[in-house]
Amino acid sequence: MRISFVRRDHASRPAMLLAPVVAFACAIVASVILFTALGKAPGQALYSLLLEPFLTWYNFSEVLLKMAPLLLIAQGLAIGFRANVFNIGAEGQLIIGAIAASALPVWYPQGDSALMLPAMLVMGAGAGMAWAAIAAMFRTRFNANEILVTLMLSLIAAQVLNYLLLGPWKDPHGFNFPQSVMFPDAALLPILLPGTRVNISLLFALVASVLAYVLMRHRFAGFQLLVGGLAPRAARYAGFSEARAIWLSLLLGGLAAGLAGAAEVAGPLGQLQRSVSLGYGYSAIIVAYLGGLNPLGIVVSAFVMSVIYIGGDNAMVSADLPVAAVWVFQGLLLCFYLAGLTFIRHRVSFSRKALP
Amino acid sequence: MAALLSLQAVSKRYGAVQANAGIDLVVDPGSIHAILGENGAGKSTLMKLIYGVESPDAGVMLWKGQPVNLASPAEARAHGIGMVFQHFSLFETLSVVQNIALIVPGKQADLARRIRALGAEFGLEVDPEAMVHALSVGERQRVEIIRCLLLNPELLILDEPTSVLPPQSVARLFETLRALQARGMAILFISHKLEEIKELCDTATILRGGRVSGRVDPRGHSAKDLATLMIGRAMPPPLPATAQDPGEAWLELAGLSYRNDDPFGVSLHDLSLQARSGEIVGIAGISGNGQQELAALISGEIAAQGAGLRMMGQGVGRLGVAARRRLGFAFVPEERLGRGAVPEMSLADNALLTAHRAGLVARGFIRRAPERAFTAAIITRYDVRTPGPEAEAAALSGGNLQKFIMGREMMLDPKLLLVSQPTWGVDIGAATEIRQRLIAMRNAGAAILVISEELEELFQICDRLHVLHKGHLSPSLPVAETNAEAVGAYMIGSAA
Ligand SMILES: Nc1ncnc2c1ncn2[C@@H]1O[C@H](COP(=O)(O)OP(=O)(O)OP(=O)(O)O)[C@@H](O)[C@H]1O
Ligand SMILES: [Mg+2]
Repeated sequence: MRISFVRRDHASRPAMLLAPVVAFACAIVASVILFTALGKAPGQALYSLLLEPFLTWYNFSEVLLKMAPLLLIAQGLAIGFRANVFNIGAEGQLIIGAIAASALPVWYPQGDSALMLPAMLVMGAGAGMAWAAIAAMFRTRFNANEILVTLMLSLIAAQVLNYLLLGPWKDPHGFNFPQSVMFPDAALLPILLPGTRVNISLLFALVASVLAYVLMRHRFAGFQLLVGGLAPRAARYAGFSEARAIWLSLLLGGLAAGLAGAAEVAGPLGQLQRSVSLGYGYSAIIVAYLGGLNPLGIVVSAFVMSVIYIGGDNAMVSADLPVAAVWVFQGLLLCFYLAGLTFIRHRVSFSRKALP
Repeated sequence: MAALLSLQAVSKRYGAVQANAGIDLVVDPGSIHAILGENGAGKSTLMKLIYGVESPDAGVMLWKGQPVNLASPAEARAHGIGMVFQHFSLFETLSVVQNIALIVPGKQADLARRIRALGAEFGLEVDPEAMVHALSVGERQRVEIIRCLLLNPELLILDEPTSVLPPQSVARLFETLRALQARGMAILFISHKLEEIKELCDTATILRGGRVSGRVDPRGHSAKDLATLMIGRAMPPPLPATAQDPGEAWLELAGLSYRNDDPFGVSLHDLSLQARSGEIVGIAGISGNGQQELAALISGEIAAQGAGLRMMGQGVGRLGVAARRRLGFAFVPEERLGRGAVPEMSLADNALLTAHRAGLVARGFIRRAPERAFTAAIITRYDVRTPGPEAEAAALSGGNLQKFIMGREMMLDPKLLLVSQPTWGVDIGAATEIRQRLIAMRNAGAAILVISEELEELFQICDRLHVLHKGHLSPSLPVAETNAEAVGAYMIGSAA
């Protein structure tokens, strides 16, 4: 017996919408097995992971807080992914954005200018773009694979952060902790929902979602990116520049990640820390794919992923799960989703006879 | 004699389109059986049902008298059915032998030897180590045929195998097919060229609108009769081609050379030609002699080295594809799916691909209403058989997609039009229509360069011809002063 995958002519639309739901269910089943094997109560773990985030207003507001960077970065990345430009280094672009945004409050810790915050955001976004531009330059000039370059640039970004926090930018009154001074009020984002930590960066992410939707559905530039991703030879035939697609994809991804980094230090953190990211740059890749690379789908998947983040924090406390369990859950989700997509795009054929 | 294959009341529907309706078909061993019909009549669909690519909604298929239910091409191959598709299914990034090894078991070295042997035996020469992306359409087809033959099928399905072959190769292919027939192989043969069918086939089943509209022995009918059976009315009359005085040169190659770094590609040597306003210039020659490279150099998809390429009176060596199109250049490439059109996108979006300058985009926004209207205009004017502008390009029949792309580029009203294989896969009615429109465009003052392997077509529509052979271009041959023999001599490199 021989099993093979045969590409289908058409991927059915309902199946495409169902895939993330099924993936989610499979991930739950698999993690129940995993938690049980670890000797944890699976019921308690799932309760903390998936329900507790909704049970108190505080928990729920934390979900919204986490959603902002994930959504913002995922929207930026998805644009590139649809054009077959794989920016895997949003993590590094976020870190560099956070660093650039921190420069002002670190140098002017008593600053109270109303221009401080906007300048920080612009610097963060610009630095994220610049960091991604390095990869674009390597790809267009030397045909260096952007997956590797963006990934390696992330490692460099993390080291730059370490250097600054252990050296020149370390808070002199910070008991030797690797973190910067606390930022002045003028360097902090206004709170959106009073009584919570949710700030206006959630609005940035929602606006970015609308813009991404308009770009991919209604703008000719977005159409060109789609053609480049689906049929590169047709793009060349039509005269759509590949270099332009690479630049645009990486710059938009870098911009979103850099802005998200700035919003983290100017938001919930209030200073530059080593743990500025919590892996948002990588999780956003999962968010982008779970959302089907569709701007609307990504809003949903970013929300789901944030629930898992907050639920994971809870689970560590109440179900005594290791922090890695959350990562495993996220990874399972992506694996099941990609497997599901394979079944949607291909049908399995069993041929009884061996082939001649 | 027991039938090898017999279909009873087979039907297949795609959404709103009934592609096949209650089709009965009997194929005997050792028979070369033609399937005839207009573009979109359902020929390819029927073949896909037989080869297990699609499954019928209703009906029975008997193979050697036994009912079979083929769920995949692999199963069909295991039963002894081979097929060469209208749109080829080779992986561009692999070599010929690697592609073949995906389906045919055996060591690559052995396969390469068998490929060479088969190639020599049946006139299907191809270098087993060549990369597929460097092969022309004609060469790719040879690879596909060889790949089928290596599996010794009892039934070979060929979906429009001759539309891309030059006349010499067609003759050789027919010898091949007759040799296979003599060994008892049955062949299902789709073609729009009625003379070929009369020459080769012993049975013909004619489809119209997804139904069988006739079964004849083609040897006993004139091409005109067959055409009438096929399109249900008499053929449009052939067009009168009166020459007129050409104007300015809108395309000039002056000693253009191109060194191809791909060892399997073709380099071009010192090409000179002109296409002037109000004339149609043909490039004859067997595919794989530099046609792809020439087309891509003119379109700007590959950059020309040095000067020597002028368009609308200006040097365009440094201009990209988009800039050349802005000057009034349009282009129909030989590959329809994946280059001329994005398979997964709707016809409307495929119109946008190159027609965005025709008012379909305003301040960077896609204007959906004009996009739809433009697409609908292509569909009606060029008689594209499809449910509408929302249909995916991949869902169109081969000939209809060709008509769509031709229509899109012609509706741009270009000053200079480059067309590769203008009527490849198009039925005779539509082919006449397309040629007529090309002539009308010429009369309206366009300069048209046609790259085609069909000499007959070139003689019908062109004012002048060049022959491309091994990257060299013959001198200009005015059609009125030359003939097929002279051109043929240039095509095999034996002229002066
Ligand atoms: N995958 C598909 N989805 C939707 N419609 C399809 C699909 N494949 C074919 N069709 C429709 O079925 C009809 C028959 O198509 P088919 O490809 O069999 O025509 P054909 O006779 O081979 O034409 P041609 O001479 O142009 O190759 C056409 O109207 C086509 O649009
Ligand atoms: Mg067909």
